[in-house]
Amino acid sequence: MTISKFARMAFSWLTVILFMLSAEVSARADEVLVSAAASLTDVLRDIGKAYQLKSKHKLALTLGPSNFLARQIDEGAPADIFFSADLAQMDLLEKNGRLEPGTRKNLLSNQLVVIVPANSKLSVASPKDLMKPEVKKIALADPAAVPVGVYTSKYLADEGLWDKLKPKIVPVLDVRATLASVESGNVEAGFVYKTDAAISQKVKTVFEVPLEKGPKITYPLAIVKESKKKEAARDFMNYVLGPAGKTAFKKYGFVVLD
Amino acid sequence: MIFSVETWHITVFSLAVGLASTLVILPFGVALAWLFARRDWPLKSIVETIVLLPLVMPPVSTGLILLKIFGRRNPIGQWLYDRGIEVVFNWKGVLIAMAVMSFPLLVRSVRTSFSEVNPRLEQIAATLGASGLRIFFVITIPLAYKGIVAGALLAFSRALGEFGATILLAGNIPGRTQTLSLAIFNFVQTGKDPEAYVLLGITVTLAFVFVWFSEWLLRAGKRA
Repeated sequence: MTISKFARMAFSWLTVILFMLSAEVSARADEVLVSAAASLTDVLRDIGKAYQLKSKHKLALTLGPSNFLARQIDEGAPADIFFSADLAQMDLLEKNGRLEPGTRKNLLSNQLVVIVPANSKLSVASPKDLMKPEVKKIALADPAAVPVGVYTSKYLADEGLWDKLKPKIVPVLDVRATLASVESGNVEAGFVYKTDAAISQKVKTVFEVPLEKGPKITYPLAIVKESKKKEAARDFMNYVLGPAGKTAFKKYGFVVLD
Repeated sequence: MIFSVETWHITVFSLAVGLASTLVILPFGVALAWLFARRDWPLKSIVETIVLLPLVMPPVSTGLILLKIFGRRNPIGQWLYDRGIEVVFNWKGVLIAMAVMSFPLLVRSVRTSFSEVNPRLEQIAATLGASGLRIFFVITIPLAYKGIVAGALLAFSRALGEFGATILLAGNIPGRTQTLSLAIFNFVQTGKDPEAYVLLGITVTLAFVFVWFSEWLLRAGKRA
């Protein structure tokens, strides 16, 4: 009787101690909140899943347009890492002293590509081939306002083709609309980023604009100065910069900068 | 596959926070609507206009103002943060954004239904010796309750559709602050149109049911 009572007491104490220990362990495992451009959603989810398997830390994402994200961090939002699709937003935070010094890295780039419907027989060895008569319409995000449209028109102008191709250009809302119009076959070709072409099964890439001729698109990331989980943030950043991260980014069509 | 765990989670989360937001604004909305409908006071038209502003302002700019108020750079945001109350990147931020954006619709609908209550009934109750508070709860509210419920439903529907202010104040964190609207945005951005259509279907169905019911109540209120 007394022995079993004692055993029971010892057991409950053991449970309490184990519980406290586990609480102690989980308290040290932090959740890193990465504030990331929406275009990075899928690749960061993949990386996060793999990361959580080997690390005690966890990963959470908040996703949106880079200018919104920068605004939030500037107002003191509790993000640990900022991953922007745009240098200007990162520069702004750096200027305002919101970044942990020495942690910024310009990691990724993106490339302009020509896409056609998946069942199209069109071959494009150089942008000149878009002048072929079978190409009647080319979809492009508004060349007056949307960055990808602006970059493409500049690239075509540098190649001496803009004025000749302009009658064929159908300006659309954005990259997503370009993809949709090529997918549906309403246009014969379109210009998008390589990462956008990679998400659709209904289009294929027939030409990649050489990196040195295309726009300089850069995705930088950095640790936020006010982060309370810098150790975990550094750990995750090392993982992203390491081989596993690089492989994942390439799989999604990004160009990894050295 | 269509109704994945994630889909359910997002839907239940949106409904729960939308409901909480509506319940939070309900007493304030009803009180303010009564003051607008039944009392004259200095600067009333100014206050009425300010209350209506979120209805016509771009939601993103409302979100920016909220972010300025609740961010750590602001004394209010810092004060809350020091006490462990996080609004930015938290479900409380979702609730605040929904509340602010849907408040004008609630006040406007309830105000109209108060105006339609015949003031003579209230005056008669007063001559019979009923106190102001008693008149309000025994005469005014029962006569206007259909309009109040309709207004609450409308506010609730608006809360479910909220996007601009929410993404700025609460972020877009899957599993923590991601509502139906934010999830649709994310799916469209990442080219997952089928998933977006599922959530769109849920949103449209919910919105249809609540708005239809709200309109039905208002028509029934007119007939009564």
